[in-house]
Order: sequence, then C-alpha cells, then structure tokens
Amino acid sequence: MLKSLSRRVLMGAAAAAAMTIGMTANAQLALAETVLRVVPHAGLKILDPIWTTAYISRNHGYMIYDTLFSLDADGAIQPQMVDTVTRSEDGMTVTLTLRDGLMWHDGTPVTAEDCVASINRWGGKDAMGQKLMSFVDNLSADGDKNIVFTMNTPTSLIELALSKPSSNVPFMMPARIAATPGSEQISEYIGSGPYKMNMEEWEPGVKVVYEKFDEYVPRSEPASGFSGAKIAKVDRVEWTPNRDIQQAVNALNAGEVDIIESLPPDLHPLIHDAGKAYIKDSNPPGLQYTARFNVLHPPFDNDKIRQALLYAFNQEDFLEANIGHADFYKTCKALFGCGMPFESTAHMDGLLESNFAKAKELLAEAGYDGTPVVLMHSTNVPVLTNLAPVAKELMEAIGMNVDMQSMDWSTLVARRSKQDAPADGGWNMFLTAWTMGDLINPLTMAFLNSSCDKALFGWPCDEQMEELRDQFARAGTADEQKKIIDAIQARFVEYPTHIHLGQWNTPSALANNIDGYLQAGVPVFWNIEKK
Amino acid sequence: MASYLLKRLLATIPVMIFVAVFIFMLLRLTPGDPAALIAGDFASDAQIAEIREKLGLTEPLLKQFFIWISDVFRGDFGESFYFKKQVSELIAARIEPTLSLSMVTIILTVCIAVPMGIIAAYKQGSWVDRIVMGFSVLGFSVPVFVIGFALVYIFSIQLNWLPVQGYKRLGDGIGPWIVHLVLPALALSVIFVAFIARMTRTSMLEVLGEDYIRTARAKGQTETKVLTRHALRNAAVPIITVIGFAFAILIGGVVVTESVFNIPGLGLLTVEAVLNRDFPAIQAVVLLFSLIYVLINLLIDLSYTVLDPRIRY
Repeated sequence: MLKSLSRRVLMGAAAAAAMTIGMTANAQLALAETVLRVVPHAGLKILDPIWTTAYISRNHGYMIYDTLFSLDADGAIQPQMVDTVTRSEDGMTVTLTLRDGLMWHDGTPVTAEDCVASINRWGGKDAMGQKLMSFVDNLSADGDKNIVFTMNTPTSLIELALSKPSSNVPFMMPARIAATPGSEQISEYIGSGPYKMNMEEWEPGVKVVYEKFDEYVPRSEPASGFSGAKIAKVDRVEWTPNRDIQQAVNALNAGEVDIIESLPPDLHPLIHDAGKAYIKDSNPPGLQYTARFNVLHPPFDNDKIRQALLYAFNQEDFLEANIGHADFYKTCKALFGCGMPFESTAHMDGLLESNFAKAKELLAEAGYDGTPVVLMHSTNVPVLTNLAPVAKELMEAIGMNVDMQSMDWSTLVARRSKQDAPADGGWNMFLTAWTMGDLINPLTMAFLNSSCDKALFGWPCDEQMEELRDQFARAGTADEQKKIIDAIQARFVEYPTHIHLGQWNTPSALANNIDGYLQAGVPVFWNIEKK
Repeated sequence: MASYLLKRLLATIPVMIFVAVFIFMLLRLTPGDPAALIAGDFASDAQIAEIREKLGLTEPLLKQFFIWISDVFRGDFGESFYFKKQVSELIAARIEPTLSLSMVTIILTVCIAVPMGIIAAYKQGSWVDRIVMGFSVLGFSVPVFVIGFALVYIFSIQLNWLPVQGYKRLGDGIGPWIVHLVLPALALSVIFVAFIARMTRTSMLEVLGEDYIRTARAKGQTETKVLTRHALRNAAVPIITVIGFAFAILIGGVVVTESVFNIPGLGLLTVEAVLNRDFPAIQAVVLLFSLIYVLINLLIDLSYTVLDPRIRY
C-alpha cells in the first residue's frame, strides 16, 4: 500500500515537474516575444483605408501598408518607397523609381504596376487624388521599378498628394487587390509595411493583431514623422479598444496595457499620481474644432450673415467649454493651423474675437429677419458635446434666433447629408473636429471645397475659391503656394465656408517602459521599443 | 405534458414574427443612415447613395422586409453592414463572453443569495436578518458601475489580485477564463443577490409558518432538514421564477458591465450595432434575445412541475 502510494506520489510529482518544465519553456518562449498592447481610440471594423475615411482604418493602414512619399516631423515631404524622382525639363513627365528590396507580405516583390493600380484606385476615390489625376494624362509602369506620370500641366502636386498624411492616405497595395473598384471594399489585406495583419486573430471591433514583417527593408534615414526607417522593434502589436477610458487608465497603471492612444486631459492626474506611465502626444498640432454652414438655405445663404459669425465667435469659449485645460488647447487664427506648413494669419485681424458690435452691424446690413438657425447638437461624442451650446449662446448674443436640436452623432451624420430646407428635416449649422493632418493645405481641407453640388455637406459654391484651389495645385514653388494661401484666406473671409474654432490635443499615455513613440500626426507603432 | 410543450413552442412563432416586424420597422423609422456612417466624413453624396444601394436600402420597405425574413427562415441573418461579416459569425463570437458572464453571475448569485435568504428568514428579526435586509437595500441602490469600479480599485489596483479588464476565452484555459470573470460577475451579482435573497426570505417566511413545518419539527427532524427538505422545496417556485428572470435579464442586460470590464459580449455588440445603425446585426441580436426570453420562460414553467408535483400541464 505504502509502496503503491509512493509510486503514485512519485509519478504525480514527475508529471507535475514535467508540466512545470513545459510551462517554464512556454513562458520563456512567450517572454521572447515582445507584445505591445495598445488601447486605440476605436475598434477596427473596416479594413480598407481607401474605401472609408475613418481614422481607425487610416491608422490600420499605416500598420500594414507603405506610402511612396511621407511627411517628416517638420512637415517636409520625403521619399518613402520611392528612391528617386526624375522630372523632364518641361515638367510634363515625372518618373518615380522604387527603391530596392520592397516586398509584399505574401513574399512577392513590389512592382511599379502595383503602385500604378494603387494610385489609380486612390485617385478615383480621394478628393486630393482626384485633383492630382486631373493633371495626369497617363499613368503607367515602365519596367518593375518606374512609375511614369505624363502630365497635361506641370505641377508639384505629385509629391504633395502622394504624401497626404490623413484620410484617405495613398497606401500602396498589390495590383490584384488595388483592382477592386473604389466603391467596393478590398477582401485581401496584403501590404508592404513594417507589420502584417494576423487575420486569424482579428475580431472586428474587439481585437486586431499585427506581427512584425521580417522581410521589411527600412530606409537608412532615422525615423522622423511618417518618414525614415520604419523599424518594427516589437514582435507583435495588439489593439484592444476599451469604451471605458477610466478603466483603460486603470489597466495601464496595473501593467495590463502599454499605450492608450488618446487620453482626455481630465484623466492625466491619474497617470501622474500612479507614476507608472507618462504622457506624450503623437500629434502635437492636434485637432481643430470647426463650425460648418449650410449655404443652401437662409440665413446662411447670405455671405454677410456668415461673415457676422466670424466676428461673433471666439475660439477661447469653445475650447474652454470642451477641453477645459489650457495646456491642451490653443487659439489659432491661421486657417491652415498653427505649427503647420501653411500657417498664416493674413486677413484674420479682428476676426474670432467676439466683436458683437461688428457682427450686429453685418447682420443689419444683410437684412437678417430672424430666420431661425437649425443648429444640430451632437450629444454622444464627449469632445463635441459642448460645442453647439456655446455656438447657440454666441449667436443669440448678436440677436440671432437659434433652434438647437440635440441628437446622437449617427443621426447628425445622416441628417447633414440632406439638402432639404431646415424646416423639412434639413439643417443650417453643426460643429465637428478635424485632425490637423486633414487640414494641411487647401486641397486636403475638405470644407474649403466650394464646388457646389460636388462639395461636402454644406455645399458652398464659389468659383473664385475653386480657381484659387486650382492655382494652388498648379503652383510650382513653395513661395507661390504661400502667396495663394494668403489669397485663399482673403477669399475665405469674404465667403466663409466654415469657421475654425481653435486647436486642441488628446495626447497618448504610455507605460514607463515604452520608448520611441513618434510624433507623426497619427499614432504609428514602428520605432517603438518595449524595455 | 408533451402537448403542452408543443403548444408553447408553437406559440413562440407568432411572438418571434411580431418581434421581427416590430424591430424591422422601428429601425427603418429611426433617424440615421448606415450608408452615411460607413462612408465617412469625406464621402460625397454620390458615394453615400452608392453604398445605400449596395446595402439594399433603396428597395421598398416591404421588399426589404420579405428578403430579410425569408433569409432568416433559411437561417441566414445576413451580413453586418459595418463589420462586413456574417451576423451569425459575429453573434457566435460574442455569445461566449456573455453566456460565461451570465452563468458565473447566476451561480454566484444563487450560492450567496439563497442561503442568505434562508438564514434571514430563520433568524427573522435578529441582527443577521437586519444585515441581510440592509444589504438588500444597498444592493438595489448602488449602480453596477459604481460597484465595478470599487471592486477594481480594491482587488486590481490596491491588492493586484485580479485583472482590471478584458476577457479570456474558455479555450485559453479555465484559470484565465475564471480569473477575468470574477470581478465582473461579483459586480453584477450584487443587485441580483439583493433581490433573490429578499425573495427567498419572504417565501421562506410564508412557508415556515405552515403546519407541515411544525409537524416536521415535531417528528424530530433536524433544523437543516426542516429548512432544506420541507421549507425550501415548498418555497422554491417563486425563487426559481426570479432566478430564471434574472438569467434572462443578465443575458440581455449586461451592457454596462461588459463596457466597464471591456468584455466583448453581446451587450457591447448591440451598442456598437445601434450606434452604427447596423440593421442586420441589431435585428438578429434582438431576435436572439427574444428567443432566449421565451425559452427561459418556458423552462421556468416546466420547472414548476418538478418542484411542485401538484402542478400539471
């Protein structure tokens, strides 16, 4: 009995030891793999960054795709997949030559034909892409490495457009995937970026896993913004969104996650107090609040009434009411943003200072008759919730009649596309926010598009503005572009398409052992080390 | 019994049809355009219209309904507008966390609440009774998310015993699975413990005054036997009813807990589907919840026959 018991005990002990050894080995394997656990701002549901403009899909794009050009930390355009750019003397032929060693995640080499197909798909979908393609007579591949643009007008827009940092980013895909019509979503997710997607572990909206792409050949320059060496320094990146940001902070402080992409300033003290993480902003220029007019219906079909609001509004009130912490917002009269390549305050003197007397004068000149302004108020996006009440108060201060209608963001999105009269379910104004990467120049700033029915909701219609945007696209030098920027601002003051209401930031929170988080304008996860 | 069961099962069909029509119409009448949401901020009107057509939203309502309902009868709940996956796949992926959380919560609840109620009834008027009743009032009054945050603060942040958030699938091992469920289940069970303990106490008090309890005691039965075999069995019908409803409510109503503890279950799927106006997903989830409610009701009714031999269908 004792013998048999001893044998059982011994066998059990041996089994336990074997299991322990096995578990230890597994644990060591697991330790060998560095995993970066990220709480993104939203769950990833749509995997085609050309089909949708959703920021989370754009961020996913940066993980698995690469771009021909990209912006560095100073906003300067740098080649990325491109090695050299050759221009004919008359500027009518531009050849982009791909650098060596580029490889798709399926192991096939990146070719010029792939890039031509990708540019064509993006150029048919994105507003800036469409503008670029309007200057292109022919786009073709010359051998495996050369992408040839044959232009109808010389332009420096090629590099500017192909380095576009925000939605829709001109990401390169294999030709067979890029052949998918722009109206349909792609169904294969092969890129040439530093990470590849693990499709087996993807749970839409819940979890997405990226793995280091070992065959990626980074550039030799140091990483800067979106440019330079994109080196994956962790083996695996996991994105797991958390709707409850307070809990995300708890998880960060408990060591369960490594990065929270976007953290409201009011939760920063929890990070500072715990001392286990720090705050860093991947997007120093931040975002810009914007009030959008619908120019189809009274009262905002009258230019002078829109001008009146440029005088009645002030940025501080909107920023204070929504962000509340002066370290995380700044007033900025420059239409194209402060700290941005085309920062200019030309023609902005006296505006956005709540000069009610001047605003009332303009209203009187315009013959404002008390027509109510249907102001759509979004209630379920915290960073937008307090915007409409501030706008209402400022409009009422100059004697306007405001009908503020509260609704969830989904309802607002559906309603803003309606051209009906405000009394029949349409609208006059709503407020939103854009990341500064979307507002970088007159071609990416979607609200400046004044092409009537082809313009975004609000449908501004102004030939002069469109002509100026065309001139910007054709401009050959940076000086020329800057002059046109000033002219655009002058026209904007006469024909306001929207009102810019200041810049603000929602920095990221990173565990103390995380280093190398780049300031690119969009959260990117190459160059990051987990120590 | 068999004919009763058949009748009840057949009766679910009109209920489900009514729910299907109601939810379909409700979604179409609610403001919001899934196509505009999918297309994103930069999409032109033409692009939105194209997506709307691809989703089949330009068809007449009646035609949309019949296409959907005939697909449902074939077991096809359609493709999610937003997730671009079959809705059945989405639900299959999300049902495990919700069922796990509900099961653990209900087991925890029953294990705590029923003994609490029995003891409170047995010691009626004593300090034990007062503590149980006090806890019941507190349990009813404090919102789940407050309890959740308090538990996280104590057990995760201060003591570092349990994870703050997240979910591990049962396939990843029982250990990680249960460890991730302890706090959410505890948080969620407080209100149900309060409710079921109170219900158990009341039912037990009614029964404990009956003649057969006095007879059992007179026959020399131990108090444990009196309480469990004689009293609890006779008091079980309302308790089981409440437990059944609690389970049904749990499956359909764990949104806040799933949100606080970041558990990717049906509750979060429902919220995301509603915010994105993902009609196929909302319709399927609502149908599923309705079916679960109907079936749980049926199971509760059937359980009466087991608990009380006098009940026959």
